[in-house]
Amino acid sequence: MNKISFTLAGSRLDALGSGALWWGDQGILCVSDLHLGKSERVARRSGQALPPYDTRDTLNRLAADIARTQARTVICLGDSFDDLDAARSLPEDERLWIIRLQAGRRWVWIEGNHDPGPIKMGGTHLAELPQAPLIFRHIAAPGASGEVSGHYHPKASLRIRGRQITRPAFLFDTDRVILPAYGTYTGGLRSTAHELSHLMRPEARAILTGPTPHMVPMPRARQ
Amino acid sequence: MRDLPPVITNWFAERGWDIHPHQRAMYDRADAPALLLIAPTGGGKTLAGFLPTLAELHNGDHDGLHTLYISPLKALAADIRRNLAQPIAEMALPIRVEDRTGDTPASRKKRQRADPPHILLTTPESLALLTSYEDAPRMFAGVQRVIIDEIHALSESKRGDQLMLALSRMQAMCPGLRRVGLSATVDDPAAIARFMARHPDPCEILHADPGPPADIRMLQTDAPPPWAGAGANYAIPAVLDQVRRHRTTLIFHNTRAQAEIFFHNMWLANEDTLPIGIHHGSLDRDQRQNVEAAMVRGDLRAIVCTGSLDLGIDWGDVDLVIQIGAPKNVKRLVQRIGRANHRYNAPSKALLVPANRFEVVECVAALEAVRDGTLDGEPRGDGPLDVLCQHILIAACAGPFDASALYHEVITSGPYHGLSREDFDACLDFCATGGYALRAYDRWQRLKQDAAGLWALRDPRAAQRIRMNIGTIQDTDTLKVRLRRQRGGKPLGEVEEAFAATLTPGDTFLIGGQIVRYEGLRELVVEVTRRADKKPKIATFAGTKFATSTQLSARILEIFRTRDWSALPRHTAEWLDIQRSVSRLPEADRLLIESYPHDGQAHTCIYGFAGRNAQQTLGLIVTKRMEELGLNPLGFVATDYATLIWGLDPIDDPAPLFDVQTLRRGLDTWLAGNAVMKRTFRASATIAGLIERNTPSARKSGRQATFSSDILYDTLLKYDPDHLMMQITRQEARRGLVDFGRIEEMAARIDGRIDHVRLPRVTPLAAPMLLEMGRVPVRGSAEERLLAQEAERLLTTAGIDVTP
Repeated sequence: MNKISFTLAGSRLDALGSGALWWGDQGILCVSDLHLGKSERVARRSGQALPPYDTRDTLNRLAADIARTQARTVICLGDSFDDLDAARSLPEDERLWIIRLQAGRRWVWIEGNHDPGPIKMGGTHLAELPQAPLIFRHIAAPGASGEVSGHYHPKASLRIRGRQITRPAFLFDTDRVILPAYGTYTGGLRSTAHELSHLMRPEARAILTGPTPHMVPMPRARQ
Repeated sequence: MRDLPPVITNWFAERGWDIHPHQRAMYDRADAPALLLIAPTGGGKTLAGFLPTLAELHNGDHDGLHTLYISPLKALAADIRRNLAQPIAEMALPIRVEDRTGDTPASRKKRQRADPPHILLTTPESLALLTSYEDAPRMFAGVQRVIIDEIHALSESKRGDQLMLALSRMQAMCPGLRRVGLSATVDDPAAIARFMARHPDPCEILHADPGPPADIRMLQTDAPPPWAGAGANYAIPAVLDQVRRHRTTLIFHNTRAQAEIFFHNMWLANEDTLPIGIHHGSLDRDQRQNVEAAMVRGDLRAIVCTGSLDLGIDWGDVDLVIQIGAPKNVKRLVQRIGRANHRYNAPSKALLVPANRFEVVECVAALEAVRDGTLDGEPRGDGPLDVLCQHILIAACAGPFDASALYHEVITSGPYHGLSREDFDACLDFCATGGYALRAYDRWQRLKQDAAGLWALRDPRAAQRIRMNIGTIQDTDTLKVRLRRQRGGKPLGEVEEAFAATLTPGDTFLIGGQIVRYEGLRELVVEVTRRADKKPKIATFAGTKFATSTQLSARILEIFRTRDWSALPRHTAEWLDIQRSVSRLPEADRLLIESYPHDGQAHTCIYGFAGRNAQQTLGLIVTKRMEELGLNPLGFVATDYATLIWGLDPIDDPAPLFDVQTLRRGLDTWLAGNAVMKRTFRASATIAGLIERNTPSARKSGRQATFSSDILYDTLLKYDPDHLMMQITRQEARRGLVDFGRIEEMAARIDGRIDHVRLPRVTPLAAPMLLEMGRVPVRGSAEERLLAQEAERLLTTAGIDVTP
C-alpha cells in the first residue's frame, strides 16, 4: 500500500497517501475534516455557486480507502460536515451513500468546531474517543500524549530546484499526530504557522500526501 | 462646415494656433452616432475629441453629465483633467470636469452620483461599476457623448469587451448617446470601428496626418551581439553614446526583469553620470510618479522602461526611442516609435537593438515591415462569455431585468452582435444556478425569477460582493517589497508571489535599479535590506512575454527563403551560411526537425515558428507523447521560433508526433490537466464570478478567502467536463498562454511535409537554444522522483536513518 509507517505511543500507524490514517492492529481507519456539504454552505452564505461535486469526490476517495483497508472501524475526526445545516441538507443520494459505507462496521463521528451538535446520521457521536493507548479528538490539546487530531488542515512546502511543491501533510512527533484535511474543497495551513510550530516538538516530522507519501523534518519558519 | 463658438476660435487665435484639419473634421461630424479618429501620438488627438463637448457646453445651458471620457489608465484620466482645466479656465467656460477612478475618495464618488460634473473622466472598470447602481439611469440621464481614448489598446483585451457591454447599458438609458474613439495607428481600423459602434450604426473613420515616415534603423555596435540571451549588455556603450547625443531617450524593453538588469548595468557603465531613470509596472506608484514628474520637467536624459510607457501621457521632448530586444510585434513597435518627436513634421527617430544573433534577423524583418507599412494584428475573436457572465451579474445589481431585453441590449455591442440566444441563456443559467449538470443549490440560487418573469438577486446583499469583483484585469498575485526598517518603510515595488517563494534569506535581487537582500516575509510583505556588494539573482517579474507575431515569423522565414543576406550584418550572414551548409534553413511550408546528441543526451529541435506560447504548448504535448512511446524525455525549452527537447532516447520517426489529429488529441486529453490550462481557467472563472478575488471578510482580515482554482478545475474536469466554464477555458486556449490556434496554423502550413535531419552535433541555429532560460522539466514521474530525493536528503541531513 501507498503509505509511510511510524509509531505513536507504541502503536504502529500508517499515513496513507490519500490523507487517511490507518491503524492496522485495530482495523481503524481515521480521516479528518471531511467538510461534507461545503459547496452548499458557501452557496447559502454568499451565493457563490461552486461545482457541487465536492461531497461526491470526498466520499469516492473515502470509499476507496475503506475498500482497500477493509476497515472494521471508521473514525471521522470532526468537521465532518461544513456546518450543521450542511449535514441536514445533504442530498438524499449522498446520505444513502454514507449509510452504505457504514454498513457492517463501527463508525464514530467526533465533534468538531464546524459540527458541534448531534447530526441525524447513523454511527456513534462523541466529543472524543479514547482507544488505549491513543486518544482521538478534533483539536489537539497542549500537553496531551498519544493524541490523534485534525482541525488545522496542515500542509507542508518543499522548495526543490527553484520549484515549490506544497501538499497536505501529516505532522507527528512522539506525543501526537495531526491529520491533514481529507475533504476536497479544504484549504490548508502551512506547517510554518505559529500555531503548529508551537504545538509540535522540535524534532517533529511531516509526511506529504500524494501519489507517494514523503517524510521530511517538519518545515518551520526560519528566524 | 459648422462654426465654432467665438470664445473658442478667439482662444485659438490669441495663441496663434490653427485648428488641425482632423480636429475640424471631427467637429464637423460631431452629430454622427459613432466616429473613429486614427492619429499618431500627440497631434492634438484629445482636443479633437473634446472640441465638440466644449462647444456644446460653452453657453452653460446643459444640466448634469454631458460627456464621459474613458481611458485605459487612471493616470491618463488625471492627466487629461489637468490638460482640460487650463483651456476651460482661460476661456472661462462654465464647465465642471472631474475624474473618477479606483483612487477617487469614496466621499467624492458618492457626491458625483448625486451631482455629476459635466465631464467625467473614468476607466472601463469604474464605468461598469457605475452602471451597477440602481440610480444609474438618473446619473446618466442626458449624457450626449462618450470619448474612448487609446481604444486600440482597449480593443486588444477583455477590458474592451466589458466597456462595450457597459456602453450598451448606458445607451439604453440615453438613446442619443454619440460615441467617439481615439486610436493610434492600427492595422485594421474598420475592425475597431465595428467594435466600438452600436450595432448596426455606421462609424466613419477619420485619419489625421501621420507625419513624415519614421527614421528607424538598427543600432551599429562595435561588438557583435551574442549567440543567445536577452540582455543586450554588449550594446550598453553604444546606447549610452546615443543617450549623450540626444535630449531625451526612451529605452524600451520587452520584460521588467530585462529592464532592471539593463538599467543596473547601464549605471555601472555610466561614467558621466547622465541622469537616467527606470519605469515599469512593478515599481511602486510613488516611484513611478517621481520618474514621470522628472521626465516632464526635462530632468532626465533617458528612461529605461517597459510597456508601462506604451500608452498615454505626453512626454514632450523625447527625440529618440530605442527598442532593446526583438520588437515581437510591428504594430507595437510603430506605436512605440511614435512616442518620439511630437513636433509637427519632424520624423520620429528610433533604433533597434537585437539582443542576440537570431534577433538580428527578426529586427531586419521588422524594419522591412515598418517600411512597407504593414502592421500585424490577430483578428479579434467574438466577445468572450466570461465577460458576459460578469455583465449579467452587474445588470442584476442595478435591479430586476428581463432576459430578452438584456439579450437585445447586449447584441447591440460590436463584440457581441453575433451572440446566440442559446449562449446568452447558458451564461444567464451559470449566473443564476451555477449551470451544473447536477442541479444543486435550488434554494440558494444567486439569481431568481420573480412572478413577473424578471431576474433579480436572491439576496440583495450579494450586490456588494459582485461590485467588489468587477473588472477583467488579471493581476498575478504579487507581494509588496519594503526596506526593513523601523516599521512601515516605503515600498520599493512588487514581485510575483511565485518569485518570492523561491527566495531564501540572503538571496539578492534587483528592484527599481537597486540590489536588495531578501531578509524575510512579514505579513505578506517581502522585507529587504540594501546591498550593493553582491551579484543579484534575477527577479522574474510577470512582465508579459509577448509571442512574436505571425507576420514577423512569416517575414523571417521569407528572408530565409530568398537567401538574400544583404540587409544582414556579416556575422549574422555567416552564421546562417554555416547553418545552411551543415543542415538546412527552416521554410514556411515545411517543418524542419534536427536531432543530434549533446552532453550524452538525445536532443531534438523543432522549428515551428509559431511563437513562444504555442512552441511551449507544442513542447508539452510532444514530450507527453514521447513519454507514452517510452522515449524518456527529460525536458524542453521553447522560444518564439523553436522547441528544443532532450531525453534519453532519440526520436527516429517524428512525423506521427506532429500530425494535427495527434496534437489536437493531446490538447483534449492530457493537456487538459496541465498548469497552463489551469491558469487559463482561473482567469476566466474569476471574471465570470465563480471565484471571488475580493470578499468583504478578506478585506477586513487581509487574508485571502478564495478557493483553490486548481481544485475547482480538477473537480469540473472529473465530474462536469462540459460545464460552461470548461467550454470557455477550451475556447480561451486557442489564444493566450496555450495559443493552440497557432499550432493549428503551423500544422496547416506544413501539411505533413517534415524534414528530419540527423546530425552528429548541435547546429548553429539550435546552439542558442541550449543557453535559453526557462527550461521546463517534464513532469509525470519526475516530480515524485525529485520529492523522494529531496526527502531523503533532508532526513539524512537531520541525522535520521532513511532505511525503512
